[in-house]
Amino acid sequence: MRENWQSRKGFIFAAAGAAIGLGNLWRFPFQAYKNGGGAFLLPYLVAVATCAIPLMIMEYAYGRKIRGGSVKAFSELGKKYEVFGWLQVMVPVIVMMYYCSIIAVSLIFMVFSLGHAFGVMNWLQDPGPIMGMVVGSADSALDLGAGMSIYILVAVIFVWLSNWLIVKKGISGGIEKMSSIFTPILLVMMVVFMINAVRLNGAAIGLESLFKPDFSKIMSPGIWVSAYAQVFFSTTLAVGVMIAYGSYLHEKADIVNSSFITVLLNSSFDLVSGILVFSTLGYLVQNMGVEFTSFGTGAGVAFIAFPIAISTMSSNVVIQGLLGFLFFFCLFVAGISSSISMLESFATAAMDKFEISREKLIGILSLIGFAGSACFASYAGFNYILDIVDSYVGNIIIAGLGLIEVVLISYIYGTEKLREEANRYSDFRVGKWWDYLLKYFTPLLLGAVVVTNIFNIFTGLFKQESIGVISNIIFGWGAVAIMIGASLVLRNKKWAVKEED
Amino acid sequence: MDGSAVLMMVIGCGAVWGGALIAIIIALRVDKKAGN
Repeated sequence: MRENWQSRKGFIFAAAGAAIGLGNLWRFPFQAYKNGGGAFLLPYLVAVATCAIPLMIMEYAYGRKIRGGSVKAFSELGKKYEVFGWLQVMVPVIVMMYYCSIIAVSLIFMVFSLGHAFGVMNWLQDPGPIMGMVVGSADSALDLGAGMSIYILVAVIFVWLSNWLIVKKGISGGIEKMSSIFTPILLVMMVVFMINAVRLNGAAIGLESLFKPDFSKIMSPGIWVSAYAQVFFSTTLAVGVMIAYGSYLHEKADIVNSSFITVLLNSSFDLVSGILVFSTLGYLVQNMGVEFTSFGTGAGVAFIAFPIAISTMSSNVVIQGLLGFLFFFCLFVAGISSSISMLESFATAAMDKFEISREKLIGILSLIGFAGSACFASYAGFNYILDIVDSYVGNIIIAGLGLIEVVLISYIYGTEKLREEANRYSDFRVGKWWDYLLKYFTPLLLGAVVVTNIFNIFTGLFKQESIGVISNIIFGWGAVAIMIGASLVLRNKKWAVKEED
Repeated sequence: MDGSAVLMMVIGCGAVWGGALIAIIIALRVDKKAGN
Protein backbone atom coordinates (compact mmCIF):
# COMPACT_ATOMS: atom_id res chain seq x y z
CA MET A 1 0.00 0.00 0.00
CA ARG A 2 1.48 3.34 -1.09
CA GLU A 3 1.90 5.94 1.65
CA ASN A 4 0.05 9.27 1.53
CA TRP A 5 0.77 12.64 3.07
CA GLN A 6 -1.20 12.79 6.33
CA SER A 7 -2.22 16.43 5.93
CA ARG A 8 -2.17 19.21 3.35
CA LYS A 9 -0.14 21.37 5.71
CA GLY A 10 2.47 18.62 6.06
CA PHE A 11 2.71 18.19 2.30
CA ILE A 12 3.10 21.93 1.63
CA PHE A 13 5.73 22.32 4.34
CA ALA A 14 7.63 19.31 2.99
CA ALA A 15 7.46 20.63 -0.59
CA ALA A 16 8.44 24.13 0.51
CA GLY A 17 11.21 22.62 2.63
CA ALA A 18 12.47 20.76 -0.44
CA ALA A 19 12.44 23.90 -2.55
CA ILE A 20 13.89 26.19 0.13
CA GLY A 21 17.57 25.49 0.59
CA LEU A 22 21.09 26.85 0.60
CA GLY A 23 20.62 27.77 -3.07
CA ASN A 24 18.18 30.52 -2.09
CA LEU A 25 20.51 32.04 0.45
CA TRP A 26 23.60 32.61 -1.60
CA ARG A 27 22.56 31.93 -5.20
CA PHE A 28 19.60 34.26 -5.78
CA PRO A 29 21.15 37.48 -4.41
CA PHE A 30 24.28 37.22 -6.50
CA GLN A 31 22.47 36.07 -9.62
CA ALA A 32 20.40 39.23 -9.27
CA TYR A 33 23.48 41.35 -8.61
CA LYS A 34 25.51 39.95 -11.51
CA ASN A 35 22.64 40.30 -13.93
CA GLY A 36 21.72 43.93 -13.55
CA GLY A 37 20.13 44.17 -10.11
CA GLY A 38 16.47 45.08 -10.47
CA ALA A 39 16.52 44.23 -14.19
CA PHE A 40 17.04 40.57 -13.21
CA LEU A 41 13.73 40.56 -11.38
CA LEU A 42 11.66 40.82 -14.55
CA PRO A 43 13.14 37.70 -16.28
CA TYR A 44 13.04 36.00 -12.87
CA LEU A 45 9.33 36.70 -12.45
CA VAL A 46 8.71 35.61 -16.07
CA ALA A 47 10.59 32.36 -15.34
CA VAL A 48 8.48 31.78 -12.22
CA ALA A 49 5.24 32.38 -14.14
CA THR A 50 6.08 30.54 -17.38
CA CYS A 51 8.22 27.73 -16.04
CA ALA A 52 8.12 27.12 -12.30
CA ILE A 53 4.35 27.26 -11.71
CA PRO A 54 3.25 25.34 -14.86
CA LEU A 55 5.92 22.67 -14.35
CA MET A 56 5.13 22.31 -10.66
CA ILE A 57 1.43 21.70 -11.50
CA MET A 58 2.52 19.23 -14.19
CA GLU A 59 4.89 17.31 -11.89
CA TYR A 60 2.39 17.06 -9.01
CA ALA A 61 -0.47 16.03 -11.33
CA TYR A 62 1.54 13.49 -13.28
CA GLY A 63 3.18 12.10 -10.12
CA ARG A 64 -0.21 11.55 -8.51
CA LYS A 65 -1.71 10.11 -11.69
CA ILE A 66 0.94 7.46 -12.20
CA ARG A 67 1.58 6.94 -8.47
CA GLY A 68 5.31 6.72 -8.94
CA GLY A 69 8.60 8.55 -9.11
CA SER A 70 10.45 9.76 -12.19
CA VAL A 71 11.43 6.31 -13.46
CA LYS A 72 7.85 5.06 -13.48
CA ALA A 73 6.71 8.42 -14.86
CA PHE A 74 8.95 8.21 -17.92
CA SER A 75 8.51 4.46 -18.47
CA GLU A 76 4.73 5.01 -18.62
CA LEU A 77 5.36 7.26 -21.62
CA GLY A 78 7.38 4.53 -23.36
CA LYS A 79 9.99 1.98 -22.34
CA LYS A 80 12.67 3.83 -24.30
CA TYR A 81 12.12 6.97 -22.20
CA GLU A 82 12.77 5.23 -18.85
CA VAL A 83 16.43 6.22 -19.04
CA PHE A 84 15.44 9.91 -18.65
CA GLY A 85 13.69 9.00 -15.39
CA TRP A 86 16.85 7.40 -14.05
CA LEU A 87 18.89 10.36 -15.27
CA GLN A 88 16.54 12.71 -13.40
CA VAL A 89 16.93 10.86 -10.09
CA MET A 90 20.70 10.62 -10.60
CA VAL A 91 20.94 14.43 -10.43
CA PRO A 92 19.93 14.61 -6.74
CA VAL A 93 22.30 11.73 -5.94
CA ILE A 94 25.24 13.70 -7.34
CA VAL A 95 24.03 17.08 -6.05
CA MET A 96 23.47 15.83 -2.48
CA MET A 97 27.06 14.58 -2.36
CA TYR A 98 28.50 18.09 -2.59
CA TYR A 99 25.46 19.74 -1.04
CA CYS A 100 26.06 17.79 2.19
CA SER A 101 29.63 19.09 2.37
CA ILE A 102 28.25 22.67 2.30
CA ILE A 103 25.68 21.74 4.98
CA ALA A 104 28.61 20.34 6.96
CA VAL A 105 30.32 23.75 6.97
CA SER A 106 27.18 25.40 8.37
CA LEU A 107 27.12 22.71 11.06
CA ILE A 108 30.77 23.39 11.93
CA PHE A 109 30.09 27.13 12.14
CA MET A 110 27.07 26.43 14.35
CA VAL A 111 29.33 24.66 16.83
CA PHE A 112 32.04 27.34 16.53
CA SER A 113 29.39 30.02 17.21
CA LEU A 114 28.55 28.28 20.49
CA GLY A 115 32.29 28.24 21.21
CA HIS A 116 32.29 32.01 20.57
CA ALA A 117 29.31 32.53 22.88
CA PHE A 118 30.93 30.62 25.75
CA GLY A 119 34.34 32.25 25.33
CA VAL A 120 36.16 29.16 24.02
CA MET A 121 37.16 30.92 20.81
CA ASN A 122 36.76 34.40 19.34
CA TRP A 123 36.31 34.24 15.58
CA LEU A 124 33.13 35.94 14.37
CA GLN A 125 34.87 39.30 13.83
CA ASP A 126 37.53 37.67 11.68
CA PRO A 127 36.29 34.38 10.17
CA GLY A 128 39.00 34.24 7.46
CA PRO A 129 41.50 32.09 9.43
CA ILE A 130 38.72 29.77 10.68
CA MET A 131 37.35 29.39 7.14
CA GLY A 132 40.88 28.64 5.93
CA MET A 133 41.31 26.05 8.68
CA VAL A 134 38.02 24.34 7.80
CA VAL A 135 38.18 24.26 4.00
CA GLY A 136 41.96 24.35 3.56
CA SER A 137 43.53 25.23 0.23
CA ALA A 138 44.68 23.49 -2.93
CA ASP A 139 46.36 24.63 -6.13
CA SER A 140 43.77 23.19 -8.48
CA ALA A 141 41.08 20.53 -8.86
CA LEU A 142 43.84 18.07 -9.72
CA ASP A 143 45.80 18.78 -6.52
CA LEU A 144 44.29 15.73 -4.82
CA GLY A 145 47.21 15.29 -2.45
CA ALA A 146 46.65 18.73 -0.86
CA GLY A 147 44.86 17.15 2.10
CA MET A 148 41.47 16.56 3.62
CA SER A 149 39.42 18.63 6.05
CA ILE A 150 38.85 16.52 9.13
CA TYR A 151 36.23 19.08 10.27
CA ILE A 152 34.12 18.65 7.14
CA LEU A 153 34.59 14.88 7.21
CA VAL A 154 33.31 14.58 10.80
CA ALA A 155 30.42 17.00 10.14
CA VAL A 156 29.50 15.13 6.94
CA ILE A 157 29.07 11.95 9.02
CA PHE A 158 26.55 13.79 11.22
CA VAL A 159 24.74 15.24 8.17
CA TRP A 160 24.37 11.82 6.56
CA LEU A 161 23.23 10.28 9.84
CA SER A 162 20.50 12.96 9.97
CA ASN A 163 19.48 12.25 6.35
CA TRP A 164 19.38 8.52 7.00
CA LEU A 165 17.39 8.76 10.23
CA ILE A 166 14.76 11.10 8.74
CA VAL A 167 14.23 9.46 5.33
CA LYS A 168 14.23 5.85 6.55
CA LYS A 169 11.17 6.67 8.66
CA GLY A 170 9.25 7.35 5.44
CA ILE A 171 7.00 10.10 4.20
CA SER A 172 4.57 10.78 7.04
CA GLY A 173 6.82 9.61 9.88
CA GLY A 174 10.03 11.31 8.80
CA ILE A 175 9.94 13.99 6.13
CA GLU A 176 6.45 15.34 6.86
CA LYS A 177 7.02 15.55 10.62
CA MET A 178 10.47 17.11 10.26
CA SER A 179 9.36 19.68 7.66
CA SER A 180 6.24 20.65 9.61
CA ILE A 181 8.45 21.65 12.53
CA PHE A 182 11.48 23.18 10.84
CA THR A 183 10.15 24.90 7.68
CA PRO A 184 7.99 27.40 9.63
CA ILE A 185 10.83 27.98 12.13
CA LEU A 186 13.22 28.63 9.27
CA LEU A 187 10.82 31.05 7.56
CA VAL A 188 10.22 33.00 10.77
CA MET A 189 13.94 33.15 11.61
CA MET A 190 14.88 34.37 8.16
CA VAL A 191 12.23 37.09 8.25
CA VAL A 192 13.50 38.19 11.69
CA PHE A 193 17.08 38.28 10.36
CA MET A 194 15.90 40.22 7.30
CA ILE A 195 14.07 42.84 9.39
CA ASN A 196 17.16 43.15 11.57
CA ALA A 197 19.38 43.55 8.50
CA VAL A 198 17.31 46.29 6.78
CA ARG A 199 17.56 48.35 9.95
CA LEU A 200 21.37 48.37 9.77
CA ASN A 201 23.21 51.55 8.88
CA GLY A 202 24.13 51.26 5.19
CA ALA A 203 21.44 48.70 4.31
CA ALA A 204 20.06 51.08 1.66
CA ILE A 205 23.33 50.83 -0.27
CA GLY A 206 22.92 47.08 -0.53
CA LEU A 207 19.22 47.23 -1.35
CA GLU A 208 19.86 49.75 -4.12
CA SER A 209 22.46 47.39 -5.62
CA LEU A 210 19.95 44.56 -5.50
CA PHE A 211 16.92 46.38 -6.85
CA LYS A 212 18.15 49.27 -9.03
CA PRO A 213 17.27 48.29 -12.61
CA ASP A 214 19.88 48.07 -15.32
CA PHE A 215 17.75 47.81 -18.43
CA SER A 216 20.79 47.88 -20.72
CA LYS A 217 21.29 44.22 -19.79
CA ILE A 218 17.72 42.98 -20.15
CA MET A 219 18.03 41.95 -23.81
CA SER A 220 21.14 39.89 -23.09
CA PRO A 221 20.46 36.11 -23.41
CA GLY A 222 22.71 35.53 -20.38
CA ILE A 223 20.30 37.27 -18.02
CA TRP A 224 17.42 35.00 -19.14
CA VAL A 225 19.60 31.89 -18.89
CA SER A 226 20.54 32.85 -15.32
CA ALA A 227 16.93 33.56 -14.37
CA TYR A 228 15.67 30.20 -15.67
CA ALA A 229 18.63 28.30 -14.18
CA GLN A 230 17.97 29.95 -10.80
CA VAL A 231 14.28 29.01 -10.90
CA PHE A 232 15.05 25.36 -11.74
CA PHE A 233 17.81 25.04 -9.18
CA SER A 234 15.84 26.77 -6.50
CA THR A 235 12.51 24.92 -6.90
CA THR A 236 14.12 21.45 -7.42
CA LEU A 237 12.03 20.91 -10.54
CA ALA A 238 13.03 18.34 -13.19
CA VAL A 239 15.05 16.22 -10.76
CA GLY A 240 12.27 13.85 -9.72
CA VAL A 241 11.65 15.41 -6.30
CA MET A 242 8.26 16.98 -7.02
CA ILE A 243 7.04 14.02 -9.12
CA ALA A 244 7.90 11.75 -6.14
CA TYR A 245 6.15 14.10 -3.69
CA GLY A 246 3.11 14.29 -6.02
CA SER A 247 2.91 10.49 -6.08
CA TYR A 248 2.18 10.47 -2.33
CA LEU A 249 -0.69 13.00 -2.68
CA HIS A 250 -4.14 11.87 -1.68
CA GLU A 251 -6.51 11.33 -4.62
CA LYS A 252 -8.71 14.25 -3.55
CA ALA A 253 -5.86 16.60 -2.69
CA ASP A 254 -5.59 20.05 -4.26
CA ILE A 255 -2.82 20.37 -6.84
CA VAL A 256 -3.09 23.77 -8.53
CA ASN A 257 -3.09 25.98 -5.45
CA SER A 258 -0.49 23.81 -3.70
CA SER A 259 1.80 24.37 -6.70
CA PHE A 260 1.29 28.14 -6.49
CA ILE A 261 2.00 28.05 -2.74
CA THR A 262 5.16 25.93 -3.11
CA VAL A 263 6.65 28.06 -5.90
CA LEU A 264 5.68 31.41 -4.41
CA LEU A 265 6.92 30.46 -0.92
CA ASN A 266 10.22 29.45 -2.48
CA SER A 267 10.43 32.73 -4.43
CA SER A 268 9.46 34.64 -1.30
CA PHE A 269 12.42 33.02 0.39
CA ASP A 270 14.63 34.02 -2.56
CA LEU A 271 13.64 37.64 -2.01
CA VAL A 272 13.95 37.46 1.79
CA SER A 273 17.45 36.02 1.32
CA GLY A 274 18.31 38.67 -1.27
CA ILE A 275 17.23 41.51 1.00
CA LEU A 276 18.97 39.94 4.02
CA VAL A 277 22.27 39.36 2.21
CA PHE A 278 22.42 42.72 0.44
CA SER A 279 21.36 44.76 3.47
CA THR A 280 24.17 43.14 5.45
CA LEU A 281 26.68 43.66 2.65
CA GLY A 282 25.59 47.30 2.42
CA TYR A 283 26.28 47.60 6.12
CA LEU A 284 29.77 46.13 5.64
CA VAL A 285 30.46 48.41 2.65
CA GLN A 286 29.41 51.45 4.67
CA ASN A 287 31.28 50.59 7.85
CA MET A 288 34.35 48.71 6.68
CA GLY A 289 35.04 50.42 3.37
CA VAL A 290 35.05 47.20 1.34
CA GLU A 291 33.71 46.80 -2.21
CA PHE A 292 30.72 44.69 -3.19
CA THR A 293 32.90 42.67 -5.52
CA SER A 294 35.15 41.57 -2.64
CA PHE A 295 32.51 39.14 -1.37
CA GLY A 296 32.75 36.74 -4.31
CA THR A 297 29.76 35.01 -5.84
CA GLY A 298 29.29 31.78 -3.90
CA ALA A 299 29.38 30.21 -0.47
CA GLY A 300 31.88 32.86 0.62
CA VAL A 301 29.04 35.30 1.27
CA ALA A 302 27.37 33.05 3.80
CA PHE A 303 30.51 31.75 5.43
CA ILE A 304 32.68 34.87 5.53
CA ALA A 305 30.50 37.99 5.33
CA PHE A 306 27.81 36.87 7.79
CA PRO A 307 30.00 36.09 10.78
CA ILE A 308 31.44 39.60 10.43
CA ALA A 309 27.96 41.09 10.12
CA ILE A 310 26.68 39.11 13.12
CA SER A 311 29.63 40.21 15.23
CA THR A 312 28.83 43.87 14.54
CA MET A 313 25.20 43.51 15.59
CA SER A 314 26.16 43.44 19.25
CA SER A 315 29.28 44.09 21.29
CA ASN A 316 28.34 41.28 23.68
CA VAL A 317 30.18 38.10 22.66
CA VAL A 318 27.47 35.86 24.12
CA ILE A 319 24.80 37.53 21.94
CA GLN A 320 27.16 37.45 18.94
CA GLY A 321 27.72 33.73 19.41
CA LEU A 322 24.02 32.96 19.89
CA LEU A 323 23.08 35.00 16.80
CA GLY A 324 25.73 33.12 14.85
CA PHE A 325 24.36 29.84 16.14
CA LEU A 326 20.83 30.82 15.07
CA PHE A 327 21.96 31.90 11.62
CA PHE A 328 23.97 28.76 10.87
CA PHE A 329 21.18 26.66 12.36
CA CYS A 330 18.93 28.25 9.70
CA LEU A 331 21.41 27.27 7.01
CA PHE A 332 21.68 23.75 8.42
CA VAL A 333 17.89 23.22 8.48
CA ALA A 334 17.50 24.66 4.98
CA GLY A 335 20.15 22.27 3.75
CA ILE A 336 18.81 19.19 5.52
CA SER A 337 15.22 19.72 4.33
CA SER A 338 16.51 19.88 0.74
CA SER A 339 18.93 16.97 1.03
CA ILE A 340 16.24 14.63 2.43
CA SER A 341 14.03 15.49 -0.55
CA MET A 342 16.90 14.60 -2.90
CA LEU A 343 17.37 11.27 -1.14
CA GLU A 344 13.62 10.62 -1.37
CA SER A 345 13.61 11.29 -5.13
CA PHE A 346 15.94 8.35 -5.87
CA ALA A 347 14.38 6.16 -3.17
CA THR A 348 10.85 6.55 -4.60
CA ALA A 349 12.06 5.72 -8.12
CA ALA A 350 14.07 2.68 -7.01
CA MET A 351 11.25 1.30 -4.83
CA ASP A 352 8.88 1.63 -7.80
CA LYS A 353 11.06 -0.71 -9.86
CA PHE A 354 12.88 -3.00 -7.45
CA GLU A 355 11.63 -5.06 -4.54
CA ILE A 356 13.70 -3.50 -1.81
CA SER A 357 12.77 -2.28 1.65
CA ARG A 358 12.96 1.45 2.33
CA GLU A 359 15.32 0.95 5.28
CA LYS A 360 17.78 -1.13 3.27
CA LEU A 361 17.68 1.22 0.27
CA ILE A 362 18.15 4.35 2.36
CA GLY A 363 21.03 2.65 4.21
CA ILE A 364 22.81 1.83 0.92
CA LEU A 365 22.14 5.29 -0.55
CA SER A 366 23.38 7.00 2.60
CA LEU A 367 26.63 5.03 2.51
CA ILE A 368 27.19 5.87 -1.19
CA GLY A 369 26.26 9.50 -0.52
CA PHE A 370 28.61 9.72 2.44
CA ALA A 371 31.48 8.27 0.35
CA GLY A 372 30.81 10.95 -2.31
CA SER A 373 30.57 13.74 0.27
CA ALA A 374 33.84 12.54 1.83
CA CYS A 375 35.53 13.22 -1.56
CA PHE A 376 34.26 16.81 -1.37
CA ALA A 377 35.78 17.06 2.12
CA SER A 378 39.19 17.06 0.45
CA TYR A 379 40.74 20.52 -0.04
CA ALA A 380 40.71 20.16 -3.83
CA GLY A 381 37.20 18.73 -3.69
CA PHE A 382 35.66 21.55 -1.67
CA ASN A 383 37.55 24.43 -3.27
CA TYR A 384 37.50 23.39 -6.94
CA ILE A 385 35.73 20.13 -7.87
CA LEU A 386 32.48 21.23 -6.20
CA ASP A 387 32.15 24.26 -8.51
CA ILE A 388 32.91 22.21 -11.61
CA VAL A 389 30.41 19.44 -10.84
CA ASP A 390 27.76 22.01 -9.86
CA SER A 391 28.10 23.95 -13.10
CA TYR A 392 27.75 20.82 -15.24
CA VAL A 393 25.07 18.99 -13.29
CA GLY A 394 23.26 22.06 -11.92
CA ASN A 395 23.14 23.99 -15.17
CA ILE A 396 23.29 21.80 -18.26
CA ILE A 397 21.73 18.59 -17.02
CA ILE A 398 18.84 20.03 -14.96
CA ALA A 399 17.69 22.47 -17.67
CA GLY A 400 18.10 19.76 -20.34
CA LEU A 401 16.03 17.28 -18.33
CA GLY A 402 13.39 19.96 -17.75
CA LEU A 403 13.11 20.47 -21.51
CA ILE A 404 12.85 16.70 -22.19
CA GLU A 405 10.29 16.27 -19.41
CA VAL A 406 7.99 19.06 -20.52
CA VAL A 407 8.07 17.98 -24.19
CA LEU A 408 7.51 14.24 -23.51
CA ILE A 409 4.76 14.64 -20.92
CA SER A 410 2.95 17.42 -22.84
CA TYR A 411 2.99 15.71 -26.21
CA ILE A 412 2.80 11.99 -25.29
CA TYR A 413 0.59 11.98 -22.20
CA GLY A 414 -1.24 15.13 -23.24
CA THR A 415 -1.82 18.39 -21.44
CA GLU A 416 -5.63 18.16 -21.55
CA LYS A 417 -5.73 14.90 -19.55
CA LEU A 418 -3.19 16.28 -17.15
CA ARG A 419 -5.18 19.52 -16.74
CA GLU A 420 -8.28 17.52 -15.86
CA GLU A 421 -6.25 15.59 -13.28
CA ALA A 422 -4.85 18.79 -11.80
CA ASN A 423 -8.21 20.58 -11.73
CA ARG A 424 -10.25 17.69 -10.29
CA TYR A 425 -10.12 18.68 -6.63
CA SER A 426 -8.19 21.95 -6.76
CA ASP A 427 -9.07 25.14 -4.91
CA PHE A 428 -9.15 26.91 -8.29
CA ARG A 429 -8.71 25.65 -11.84
CA VAL A 430 -6.13 26.27 -14.55
CA GLY A 431 -7.41 27.10 -18.03
CA LYS A 432 -6.19 26.34 -21.54
CA TRP A 433 -3.43 28.91 -21.15
CA TRP A 434 -1.59 26.24 -19.15
CA ASP A 435 -1.67 23.83 -22.15
CA TYR A 436 -0.23 26.49 -24.46
CA LEU A 437 2.50 27.35 -21.99
CA LEU A 438 3.59 23.71 -21.60
CA LYS A 439 3.36 22.84 -25.29
CA TYR A 440 4.88 25.89 -26.93
CA PHE A 441 6.16 28.72 -24.76
CA THR A 442 8.06 26.84 -22.03
CA PRO A 443 9.83 24.39 -24.43
CA LEU A 444 10.91 27.29 -26.65
CA LEU A 445 12.36 29.28 -23.76
CA LEU A 446 13.94 26.20 -22.14
CA GLY A 447 15.40 25.15 -25.51
CA ALA A 448 17.05 28.56 -25.81
CA VAL A 449 18.40 28.23 -22.25
CA VAL A 450 19.85 24.76 -22.91
CA VAL A 451 21.48 25.75 -26.23
CA THR A 452 22.99 28.89 -24.67
CA ASN A 453 24.25 26.88 -21.70
CA ILE A 454 25.97 24.27 -23.87
CA PHE A 455 27.45 26.99 -26.08
CA ASN A 456 28.81 28.80 -23.00
CA ILE A 457 30.32 25.61 -21.55
CA PHE A 458 32.14 24.76 -24.79
CA THR A 459 33.37 28.26 -25.54
CA GLY A 460 34.37 28.60 -21.86
CA LEU A 461 36.67 25.59 -22.24
CA PHE A 462 38.71 27.35 -24.93
CA LYS A 463 39.30 30.32 -22.64
CA GLN A 464 40.87 28.16 -19.91
CA GLU A 465 44.38 26.91 -19.32
CA SER A 466 45.15 23.22 -19.87
CA ILE A 467 44.71 22.33 -16.18
CA GLY A 468 41.23 23.88 -16.24
CA VAL A 469 40.29 22.01 -19.41
CA ILE A 470 41.49 18.67 -17.96
CA SER A 471 39.64 19.31 -14.66
CA ASN A 472 36.44 20.13 -16.55
CA ILE A 473 36.71 16.99 -18.65
CA ILE A 474 37.47 14.70 -15.68
CA PHE A 475 35.09 16.07 -13.08
CA GLY A 476 32.44 17.84 -15.18
CA TRP A 477 31.98 15.56 -18.16
CA GLY A 478 33.09 12.61 -15.97
CA ALA A 479 30.15 13.20 -13.61
CA VAL A 480 27.79 13.48 -16.59
CA ALA A 481 29.18 10.23 -18.08
CA ILE A 482 28.81 8.36 -14.75
CA MET A 483 25.18 9.55 -14.48
CA ILE A 484 24.36 8.43 -18.02
CA GLY A 485 26.17 5.09 -17.55
CA ALA A 486 24.44 4.33 -14.23
CA SER A 487 21.07 5.33 -15.73
CA LEU A 488 21.55 2.92 -18.64
CA VAL A 489 22.53 0.08 -16.28
CA LEU A 490 19.49 0.65 -14.02
CA ARG A 491 17.18 0.98 -17.03
CA ASN A 492 18.26 -2.44 -18.29
CA LYS A 493 17.39 -4.17 -15.01
CA LYS A 494 14.07 -6.01 -14.97
CA TRP A 495 11.05 -4.57 -13.16
CA ALA A 496 10.56 -6.56 -9.96
CA VAL A 497 7.49 -4.67 -8.77
CA LYS A 498 4.22 -5.13 -10.65
CA GLU A 499 2.21 -1.99 -11.26
CA GLU A 500 -0.76 -1.36 -9.01
CA ASP A 501 -4.19 -1.57 -10.60
CA MET B 1 17.43 54.96 -2.11
CA ASP B 2 16.88 55.53 -5.83
CA GLY B 3 13.21 55.80 -6.90
CA SER B 4 13.54 53.13 -9.61
CA ALA B 5 15.04 50.71 -7.04
CA VAL B 6 12.10 51.34 -4.68
CA LEU B 7 9.65 50.75 -7.56
CA MET B 8 11.35 47.51 -8.56
CA MET B 9 11.38 46.34 -4.95
CA VAL B 10 7.65 47.05 -4.59
CA ILE B 11 6.82 45.24 -7.88
CA GLY B 12 9.03 42.20 -7.18
CA CYS B 13 8.19 41.72 -3.52
CA GLY B 14 4.54 42.65 -4.05
CA ALA B 15 4.06 40.07 -6.81
CA VAL B 16 5.81 37.24 -4.98
CA TRP B 17 4.86 37.86 -1.34
CA GLY B 18 1.38 39.08 -2.30
CA GLY B 19 0.88 36.05 -4.55
CA ALA B 20 1.99 33.65 -1.81
CA LEU B 21 -0.31 35.33 0.71
CA ILE B 22 -3.33 35.20 -1.62
CA ALA B 23 -2.68 31.50 -2.44
CA ILE B 24 -2.44 30.63 1.29
CA ILE B 25 -5.64 32.59 2.09
CA ILE B 26 -7.50 30.74 -0.69
CA ALA B 27 -6.25 27.40 0.66
CA LEU B 28 -7.32 28.27 4.22
CA ARG B 29 -10.78 29.42 3.08
CA VAL B 30 -11.36 26.27 1.00
CA ASP B 31 -10.19 24.05 3.87
CA LYS B 32 -12.50 25.92 6.28
CA LYS B 33 -15.48 25.49 3.91
CA ALA B 34 -14.72 21.79 3.56
CA GLY B 35 -14.56 21.54 7.35
CA ASN B 36 -10.98 20.23 7.37
